[in-house]
Amino acid sequence: MNFKKAGLDSCPLTLGSTDQSEGSILRSRWFPFFNFAHAQFIFKMAAVQGGMVDAKDELDIKSEPPSDGFGNSNANDGRLLSSSPGAGTGGTATGNNKPAPGPPEEQQTLLAVLQFLKKSKLAESAEILRREAGLPEDALDPKGTDASGSGPGLAAGSGQVDGVDASSLLSRVTVSSSAAAQAPKKAAAGEDQPDVSVVLSAYSQQGDPSLYDAYYSGLKRFIESVLDCHRAELSQLFYPLFVHMYLELVYNNNESVAKAFFEKFSGDQECYYEQDLRILSSLTKKEHMKGNETLLDFRTSKFVLRISRDSYQLLKRHLQERQNNQIWNIIQEHLYIDIFDGMPRSKSQIDAMSGSLAGEARREANKAKVFYGLLKEPEIELPLDDEDEEAENEEGKPKKKKPKKDSMGSKSKKQDPNAPLQTRIPLPELKDSDKLDKIMYMKESTKRIRLGSDNLPSICFYTFLNAYQGLTAVDVTDDSSLIAGGFADSTVRVWSVTPKKLRKVKSAADLNLIDKESDDVLERIMDEKTASELKILYGHSGPVYGISFSPDRNYLLSSSEDGTIRLWSLQTFTCLVGYKGHNYPVWDTQFSPYGYYFVSGGHDRVARLWATDHYQPLRIFAGHLADITCTRFHPNSNYVATGSSDRTIRLWDVLNGNCVRIFTGHKGPIHALAFSPNGKFLASGATDGRVLLWDIGHGLMVGELKGHTDTIYSLRFSRDGEILASGSMDNTVRLWDAMKAFDDLETDDFTAATGHIHLQDNSQELLLGTYMTKSTPVLHLHFTRRNLLLAAGAYNP
Amino acid sequence: MSLIHSETLVVNCLRCSWVDPFKFHCSKLSIVLSRFVISAMAEERRQKQCSVVLPTESMKAMAESVGVGQLQEDSCVALSEEVSYRIKEIAQDALKFMHHGKRRKLTTSDIDNALKLKNVEPLYGFQSQEFIPFRFASGGGRELHFYEEKEVDLSDIINTPLPRVPLDVSLKAHWLSIEGVQPSIPENPPPASKEQQKTESTEPLKVVKPGQEEKGTIQGKGQSTTTPDGKGKEKGLIRLKPRSTHELSVEQQLYYKEITEACVGSCEAKRAEALQSIATDPGLYQMLPRFSTFISEGVRVNVVQNNLALLIYLMRMVKALMDNPTLYLEKYLHELIPAVVTCIVSKQLCLRPDVDNHWALRDFAARLMAQSCKTFSTTTNNIQSRVTKTLTKSLFDDKTQWTTRYGCIAGLAELGADVIKTLILPRLTVEGARIKAVMEGPVVSNIDKIGAEHVQTLLLKHCASVIAKIRPQPDNVEQYRAEYGYLGPMLCSHVVKARTQATLQAQQVNRTTLTITQPRPTLSVSQSGLTGSGGPRTPSIIKVPSSLTLMSPRPGTPSQPSPPATKYIVMGTSAGAASTQQVRVI
Repeated sequence: MNFKKAGLDSCPLTLGSTDQSEGSILRSRWFPFFNFAHAQFIFKMAAVQGGMVDAKDELDIKSEPPSDGFGNSNANDGRLLSSSPGAGTGGTATGNNKPAPGPPEEQQTLLAVLQFLKKSKLAESAEILRREAGLPEDALDPKGTDASGSGPGLAAGSGQVDGVDASSLLSRVTVSSSAAAQAPKKAAAGEDQPDVSVVLSAYSQQGDPSLYDAYYSGLKRFIESVLDCHRAELSQLFYPLFVHMYLELVYNNNESVAKAFFEKFSGDQECYYEQDLRILSSLTKKEHMKGNETLLDFRTSKFVLRISRDSYQLLKRHLQERQNNQIWNIIQEHLYIDIFDGMPRSKSQIDAMSGSLAGEARREANKAKVFYGLLKEPEIELPLDDEDEEAENEEGKPKKKKPKKDSMGSKSKKQDPNAPLQTRIPLPELKDSDKLDKIMYMKESTKRIRLGSDNLPSICFYTFLNAYQGLTAVDVTDDSSLIAGGFADSTVRVWSVTPKKLRKVKSAADLNLIDKESDDVLERIMDEKTASELKILYGHSGPVYGISFSPDRNYLLSSSEDGTIRLWSLQTFTCLVGYKGHNYPVWDTQFSPYGYYFVSGGHDRVARLWATDHYQPLRIFAGHLADITCTRFHPNSNYVATGSSDRTIRLWDVLNGNCVRIFTGHKGPIHALAFSPNGKFLASGATDGRVLLWDIGHGLMVGELKGHTDTIYSLRFSRDGEILASGSMDNTVRLWDAMKAFDDLETDDFTAATGHIHLQDNSQELLLGTYMTKSTPVLHLHFTRRNLLLAAGAYNP
Repeated sequence: MSLIHSETLVVNCLRCSWVDPFKFHCSKLSIVLSRFVISAMAEERRQKQCSVVLPTESMKAMAESVGVGQLQEDSCVALSEEVSYRIKEIAQDALKFMHHGKRRKLTTSDIDNALKLKNVEPLYGFQSQEFIPFRFASGGGRELHFYEEKEVDLSDIINTPLPRVPLDVSLKAHWLSIEGVQPSIPENPPPASKEQQKTESTEPLKVVKPGQEEKGTIQGKGQSTTTPDGKGKEKGLIRLKPRSTHELSVEQQLYYKEITEACVGSCEAKRAEALQSIATDPGLYQMLPRFSTFISEGVRVNVVQNNLALLIYLMRMVKALMDNPTLYLEKYLHELIPAVVTCIVSKQLCLRPDVDNHWALRDFAARLMAQSCKTFSTTTNNIQSRVTKTLTKSLFDDKTQWTTRYGCIAGLAELGADVIKTLILPRLTVEGARIKAVMEGPVVSNIDKIGAEHVQTLLLKHCASVIAKIRPQPDNVEQYRAEYGYLGPMLCSHVVKARTQATLQAQQVNRTTLTITQPRPTLSVSQSGLTGSGGPRTPSIIKVPSSLTLMSPRPGTPSQPSPPATKYIVMGTSAGAASTQQVRVI
């Protein structure tokens, strides 16, 4: 990616010009990213758009209800993923190849995209994509694809592409993505919703509807009769099979059979699927299946199961004996069974990892190397013999500071082997003011209280009064001087919690009158008349769901239901930029710890990485199957974690946009994420009231903290990572012993290799304190630099 | 009234045969939505995956409301299924907005936002922060819930002065915890909630330390939330109740001293303040044992000394403790009840029984007794039956003095009409004879006479209303005399009086039911301006004096709403009603 070399100024916006010069088939906002993970996605997008003649402004139809023939089912076309899966211009696909899984498929996809671009005369884009992917020059030439891909993520295997022309490539991709390996349809409904109909067509195969019941209960009997050790593993099959069989019944217009089937077996499913089942239960007609997102998720992504080889063999033998083709077909087509060698897992091990919308993560999904170490801190000379430093020394706490400071200095000099290169992604240079702030930070941190199980932090609670249930987001600056609240009435309010009031910069005319040479020019530019404790920022046109201060306290980001993210200046208290791109509610946004970059995620299921000086996103992280509910930057700014309503957490590499970790195990939408200060661990909280702890390096779940009884909306580690604080809708703040939770870890090679975790249930031991508020849900938590815990929420009488 | 064309809904609704330009009345759609939400919540509570479908009658009603007269049954069925499905979709999206709005209550704006997601135009002019006042009507065998939309004269709205601007959002800081310990200040909840105190005292074996209750939120099948060894412990050992310490901090000791001194001191203003504090302060849990000992000891000493004033003060303390919404007194009743009963039935409570009004104290204590019986009597402690037994025993005793007799009757009478009916009414003849002996017989002593008079008025007061209820109408003096002896004639006149009063009251009650309860006022100015069309609430906003309504619903600080200090009966109704409306959505 040229990003790395080009630095900040010419970040990957090179495609903007392409877009303008070569027509607007592809909207520029989809473009400034190219990588393997996304190539497929772009292609689909392009295919869909190419298929629809008048689709060029589809993103703007949101404001007016569509009155054309597409009706409601077309309403989601602006949404990235619901329109993306499968299908394309080549509706006459003859996909008789079963696509090879893994990297070759990826490369084929890539090649297909290139072909498409070429065909559409987007030569420049194609060239960039090709370079991006690290494909050789002649990769585009169908005859010359024997050169193996040299890109880092690509395995050899492009040889398969030999002699295959573009159209069949296209079809192959279509088939592979829609998982319709058998009997590809002559996409008859090509014009109208090509994607959905192709996706659904896989259901058209007919079994005798009356036998479904027997099939399912036959399998159930079998699974109940197998040995205990296999039963837990095979029980995983119930839910996906149940769903697919039900959908098949519905698709084939067997409404009553489907209902009876649902009634009979829905009670058997694990309770954490209840939400999905409720959605499913409302779906009783073929017409409903079009445009239903949950359904599309189920169809487009294979449900992943991890089963030991023994159990799998057992199942296979059973199904073959019984000639139970119906179920076997479903397993073949709609499920992805990740077979591992070794002992079958226990029920509790399975339960810990399951619960997500599409099953567990595949093992290889968490294999990529993650540089979780921290970046080296820039060396700043500390004015050690500062006046107030001395004054304090006289006060009677001598000596203690100096050794500490030395140790800190030496720590920052050592390069962490797990840390990314300092220049892995370009970071903004430190300004003088940043350096001053860093010095302040270090000074403060010397006064930091060491927390521990016998030394709990004090909690200061900021209550928003008279908020009328309208408080939707809170953030606090790193130095704890400002608090911002996002409200349902579209306003953003910023309070100063120090005696220093908020002042605006003077108007341009007044600024001219200032003596620019004077020493206190920074003081002089401020308009004393505007000093107040509270500033209100108006600009959004919907509830503000996410809010984030920049590390230097000059900017504030807010994301809203209106689909925009706004950047506000805290000098002038005006809106500087409105970042458009999400089009649907943006649930969360956060600044990078180094500033300049920020990430956002919303209802359109993609997270975007932006830079403050670009109006288009630098990266689009696509892969979640439902809304992205929260976004967090890794402390080293090289990674981004996103939590979603599909009950998974994904970690994305900022450098190349790849998804490097998928964490499953939550049983509800994830609403809070927090990285530990050392960058090694991630904590996540969900509507299920549990906090899960993850080891990023090994890609493993390492802990489960139970105690909350309602959605967890905030999580925060103390500055040194000893304590994890969680705040919830159940009006409590709870403190957990993070040191102990991470100390007891047994991340041996076996666990790391197999991903089989064994969690101790020690929540009660780790819980250090529970603090009830007075009917005030806890929306935000923040540790000050001295480890005082600040909490915030709106009083809800 | 605004009508919306919800095409997208309709296009899908009408895939079947007819393509009539169908319009949903906005409020109708909301009703449908809200009804669905209600049923969905009910569904959730039942934990059952049943598919709720709107009844076809609803479809007919809606069609009629927009002028489609004859709707075929098939179309109705098709429509209702389709609409149910779409509404479920919308409701599911609306829940998303609720979660991100960090609320537990689904609001109309959530549904608007969900509609926006689906590219459906939201419902304009249907804003409500609080509940939606549905009305119910039935007739012709059909039942209907509807949202009443009154026509509003715009000029009325324009000409009325603007309501007061609601309070602005403000930020307030307090210490939730200081080095791991939660200070008991009004901003924090009471250390032990009333429910917890209650479970602690009624089910001591189930007590868990606060905040450690193991309410597993996810109870997967076969996935137990308790640890295996924890389970073993529970089975094997009897869980010993942790010894609770009652050490008071210096501040609490000072507070205790001040309060007790003020309560029994001579300054009435101070006393009122102290009692108010006892009745409202949320942090008294720790001091409760001290207070109860103080009261019981105080009564013991002052009964002997016949110090009426102090006894009254102590009883007022009991009342204040009972009034405190954060305290649960069950554990301390063994000290409090004897003290209260003493104040009811003691032979002598004051130095000059002929002059001092110790009767009032007895009445007051009797009411306290009745209240604690009502709140704390359970099948295990049997307070009410034990108290009743004690009181009747001394009532039936011939040697009982008039003072004690008065107390017994007062104590019993306060326990309710049933007790009066079964225990006092049969005694009326006996008591009447005894009173007659004192009143008409030779003058024994002045004290006895006063006692008899008081007993007589008490009996008349309490029995009359009960008799009025149980006895058929014609009140014949002779019959009364035959039945109740000496007290008969007087009872008769009292009963007649009671009857007339009852009819008067009934009329009044009828009148109040006719008045429509005023819905809660909305709080923002813009809303009242914009949603002038919003129905019956708007006029009410304007008519109600703004100082009252606009300030009261939201207190400025998160302090415990203090119950009215002077009123005797604890009114739990308003809070209860409010909480029932907050149906929780997960």
